[in-house]
Amino acid sequence: MRSYLAEFSVISPRSLDEALWALKQRPAPAPIAGGTDLMVLLNAGQLPPGAYLNLHSIPELRRPIEFVNGEACFGALTTYADARRHPEIRKRLPMLCLAAREIGALQIQSRGTWAGNIVNASPAADGVPALMAYDAAVELSSASGVRSVALADFYSGYKQTARRPDELVTAIRIPVPEKEAVQYYRKVGTRKFQAISKVLLAGIMVLGKDRRIKKIRLVYASVMPYTYRARAVEAVLEGRVPDGAAIKAAVAALRSELKPIDDVRSTAAYRLRVACNLLEEFLSASSPSRGEARRG
Amino acid sequence: MSRAVSDTPIRRSSDTSQFKSVGKNPPRKESREKVTGKAKYIDDLTFEGCLYGKTVRSTIPRGKIKKITFEPGVPWEEFTVVTAKDIPGKNVVALIEMDQPFLVETEIRHMAEPIALIAHPDKGLVEKALTKVRVEYEELPAIFTIDESLSGRNIQRGRDNVFKKYHIQKGDPAPVFSRPAIVVIEGEYWTGPQEQLYIEPNGVAAVATPDGVTVWGSMQCPFYVQKGLKPLFNLPDDKIRVIYCVTGGGFGGKEEYPTLPAAHAALLSWKAGGRPVKIIYDRMEDMWATTKRHPCRTRVKTAFAKDGKLLALQVDATMDGGAYLTLSSVVLSRGTLHAFGPYACDHVTIDTRAVFTNSPPYGAFRGFGAPQTIFPLELHMDRAADRLGIEPHELRLKNILHKGDTMATGQKMEDEMDIEGILKKAMTESRYLEKRKSHREHNRTASPVKKGIGLSLFFHGAGFTGSGEVFLDSRAGLEITPAGTVRILTANTEIGQGSFTTHSQIVAEALRIPYEMIEVAPPDTAVVPNSGPTVASRTCMIVGELLRRAADDLRDLLIRSSGLSNNGYGPDEFRRAASAHAEKNGVTRVYAKYKPPAGIHWDDQTYTGSAYGAYAWACYVCDLETDLTTYQVEVKDFVAVQEVGRVIHPVIAGGQIEGGVAQALGWALYENVVLKQGVMQNTQLTNYILPTTADTPPIRVFFYENPYPNGPYGAKGLGELPMDGPAPAVASAVAFSLGGKFISSIPILPENICEILK
Repeated sequence: MRSYLAEFSVISPRSLDEALWALKQRPAPAPIAGGTDLMVLLNAGQLPPGAYLNLHSIPELRRPIEFVNGEACFGALTTYADARRHPEIRKRLPMLCLAAREIGALQIQSRGTWAGNIVNASPAADGVPALMAYDAAVELSSASGVRSVALADFYSGYKQTARRPDELVTAIRIPVPEKEAVQYYRKVGTRKFQAISKVLLAGIMVLGKDRRIKKIRLVYASVMPYTYRARAVEAVLEGRVPDGAAIKAAVAALRSELKPIDDVRSTAAYRLRVACNLLEEFLSASSPSRGEARRG
Repeated sequence: MSRAVSDTPIRRSSDTSQFKSVGKNPPRKESREKVTGKAKYIDDLTFEGCLYGKTVRSTIPRGKIKKITFEPGVPWEEFTVVTAKDIPGKNVVALIEMDQPFLVETEIRHMAEPIALIAHPDKGLVEKALTKVRVEYEELPAIFTIDESLSGRNIQRGRDNVFKKYHIQKGDPAPVFSRPAIVVIEGEYWTGPQEQLYIEPNGVAAVATPDGVTVWGSMQCPFYVQKGLKPLFNLPDDKIRVIYCVTGGGFGGKEEYPTLPAAHAALLSWKAGGRPVKIIYDRMEDMWATTKRHPCRTRVKTAFAKDGKLLALQVDATMDGGAYLTLSSVVLSRGTLHAFGPYACDHVTIDTRAVFTNSPPYGAFRGFGAPQTIFPLELHMDRAADRLGIEPHELRLKNILHKGDTMATGQKMEDEMDIEGILKKAMTESRYLEKRKSHREHNRTASPVKKGIGLSLFFHGAGFTGSGEVFLDSRAGLEITPAGTVRILTANTEIGQGSFTTHSQIVAEALRIPYEMIEVAPPDTAVVPNSGPTVASRTCMIVGELLRRAADDLRDLLIRSSGLSNNGYGPDEFRRAASAHAEKNGVTRVYAKYKPPAGIHWDDQTYTGSAYGAYAWACYVCDLETDLTTYQVEVKDFVAVQEVGRVIHPVIAGGQIEGGVAQALGWALYENVVLKQGVMQNTQLTNYILPTTADTPPIRVFFYENPYPNGPYGAKGLGELPMDGPAPAVASAVAFSLGGKFISSIPILPENICEILK
């Protein structure tokens, strides 16, 4: 391990109030839940020394997944494994289970939290695209109150989020989609499992009786500096029948909307092309019989 | 995704019922300790008063050190600090040539080159201190590619940046290319670097005083470390003791490299007045700074008759050796001697060279140059088959070596061999012909998933190249214990390949006693004879044969001197005789020394003769799918048929083949060493991608057994063989799946397939 542990400290509050009070300090201690992102940085000597806020000691944050008013509600400490194991999540929000099983190995899935996946703000986050496609909202609490932000509005740039340093994610609310919604989740990683995404698409589409698209969400990971909802492509598709011409128009729109990068994991050209292929695969699979959520 | 054992049969062709140990699958000698966690790896050993050492490394590829500053922020007065000035003897690694310093004196030749060493009892504080060492440089222009090296514009080594060249000449290909009615085919091929990625990173501990130096570590070759350290401290052999610790994998990466950290730890200990010092690399440092497989560019030119007969072959291969010679000349030699493949051809030239670049030195890696030259030749055979309109397997059948033929080196094939049988067996097992047909039909449908199948045919020479084994002059021994059991004494290390077990089986068989009565002394230069390095697929075949001969002598000794019956005996009788002998004569050791097999001659000047005493032959078939939505390749089935002499332990041998195939699939499809300024950038397992079990197909292993007269019970080497064949079979199958698009370099990443299809 490349860090000098003597330069790190951990605050373990006994209540949410105590935690929110601790977050008022400057600099604010960074919250740590599962630690699956922070511990990697610690090992690599890249985690800034200082104080960290342990969320596991806060009883209010430990609560099971609940369904309230047609929404699933995750707590700050809900893990990927919690969602994977939950029968109602499997049935009503299947993309969350697909995402959960794609993240790391069982150890990571048992430690890593959805809230952590959101605030860590990695462009390659596997959990965030599925949440965003479901129109999830993030509940942020601070000593001065509670507010809710749509996940689709949460990111504004690389590692730029709507969370203020004094705020803690205390819940994630995920509306259950219409029964007839077509769902698509495909992660293209560097290998089958234990992989970081090179391209990922989470999509959801509701067709009217006239086969026209009533609602569509297209959320990509790893092609932009943050989890990216392709709103321009959604706008092209809304109100249209997803036929060959519509698919062509959508792919053309996507091509001009996305600006992927070259990095050690992949190339911009590959990312763009596969992003288009996934969109095409999703839209062409929109007949109800083939519209099952799928895994790459 | 897990596979049942029955899905991956390890099958063999010969009957070994006359043997009691050989050909059986006894439990591995070291497995109980490993699975119960009792085995001590280097970082499990504790030393009182231990200091933890770290290496300050260069962050430029070439230049001069102007100044080293130890900035405030840590209590430097508590640290032990070593630079080149503190070296008591010669600052040079004793290997093939004396060209690599242990610590840079003035000129840096590659990124991550060791400059200084620091140590402290607090591990974390050493990490912090490392960030407080500032080195100022005067940068000099560096070279990073083979072309830059050969351009003559920046000469840094000798007159032409060439470390070593080889030339093989058989007949004269030049005039053949101008014959009428022939088909000339040329191609250029590339194989990339690869990280060995043993599970346990490099690590050592050392205690050094003017009275002597002791090193413990994770390593393949304790005597290499001993040889490397002698000039550093100006000490004789018996004052430098090197002790092997349980080692978590090597694959060549712990062949020559451990000498560097061993020397570094010993230098720190020396400076600290003999306090023990540990240096354990983390994964990032290990991947950043240590050796990789040599990248290689190969040009192949062939002339075929229209019927597919190979008339002339020219191979020109260039390996990037990095900034110091280290083992590049011998890696290149093996590459040279595998460049012509298992084919008969009257007119051949092979020209190879290893060149200097400002990269960390490339080093030993399973296969040792052979995979780099087998890949181009096998793909070239596919390219030729396509041009000639002949099926790839038929083109190979037309040209394979038979008994009585000569290789490009002039070596006459004297032993029984059946390459044709191996090829046909692999085709049958994989349903090769049927799948070529059905895959072609499938690929005409609209499905975005395309299918491909490809094969490769190859050999691997076992043991050191040419006269190497004679120079090694290995000795191995057996010792009678007071309990009347037998202890094996060799320098050969158990690095996961099962050598302690196979050696014990050989000795048990020769002594006609149970396997359980054999133990293995841990390789420690103060205890064991130098039986040569644990490399080159030589441990079972060469050292195993030395042990078999020593066992014969030991048995004769007990018959002569301790009343062991010449007409058969039970384990108890052996134990009594051995114990009586030990009581009467004290510790008794019997040694055997290497003797070259009769009829083996090699000429280093002309590169002619018997390059290897024995060859393992193989045909591998890869069946895969390419998904045109993601350009990802999924290997569906893999058939590995090989002739390796006698199989001593079928489960271990099968494991070697499966592991080698998986490692080679990684090289072919996943493992992309991203270089910047000559050094690896993706030094984590999240961005240097290895296949997991989910990405690895069922590997179906078949051993064709043909006992080799000079190996123990007929065994030949097999450890490196499975690294050779998969890459060309994969590339061939991917090309097939893409409707005949040609693939000429690895790794074949989805990004490359996407690019090819653009």
